[in-house]
Amino acid sequence: MTKSELVGRMSAKYPDLHAQDMERLVNTIFDEITDALAEGGRVELRGLGSFSVRERAARQGRNPRTGDTVLVPSKKVPFFKCGKELRQRVNK
Amino acid sequence: MTNDPKTLTRMDLAEAVYHDVGLSRKASGEMVDVVLEEVMKVLERGESVKISGFGNFSVRSKRARVGRNPKTGVEVTITPRKVLVFKSSPILKERVNDGK
Repeated sequence: MTKSELVGRMSAKYPDLHAQDMERLVNTIFDEITDALAEGGRVELRGLGSFSVRERAARQGRNPRTGDTVLVPSKKVPFFKCGKELRQRVNK
Repeated sequence: MTNDPKTLTRMDLAEAVYHDVGLSRKASGEMVDVVLEEVMKVLERGESVKISGFGNFSVRSKRARVGRNPKTGVEVTITPRKVLVFKSSPILKERVNDGK
C-alpha cells in the first residue's frame, strides 16, 4: 500500500470528508513524525511502535572500487522499534 | 522516558491534524487512530506500506534458528516468525542528519 492508496482507502471510509483534506491529514501525520525526528526527538505510537534517532559512530570504511581506506563520519539514523501489539499481529 | 517533553504521541498528531485540517479535536483524534489502524491492518496481512518521503514498512519471514538463553546458556530453537522492518527514505535520513 502506498501513501496515495492509504488516502484512497481512508476517503472511501469517510466520503463526507473532502479527498484533499484526507490527503492533508495523512501528510500531516507523517510530516509531524519527520519533524520530531529531525529535531532529535522520539515518537511513541501506542500499539504501532516507536521512532527514535540513533547515532552511528564514525568508522573506517573502504572504497569498494579502489580499496582505499576512508573515514566514514558519525551520523544519525532514524530507527523504528515495532510495538508489542503490532509485533504479535504481524506474526500471527 | 514517557514524560520526556520531546516525545511525540498520538495526542500531538491529533492536535496537528486539528490545526491543519480543521476537523474538531475529537474527530481529529479518531482520524489519527483510524489511519494508523489502517496501516497496521495492511501490515498484519503481510503487505508492505510505502510512504514516499518517509519510508517503507515491510514484513520479513525469519527461518527457525538455534538460539541460546543468555542467562542460563541453554540452547533453544527459535521458531520461524515474521518480523516488521522499517527502511527510512533518503529524505528522512537527510532530515535527521541536517536538523531541518
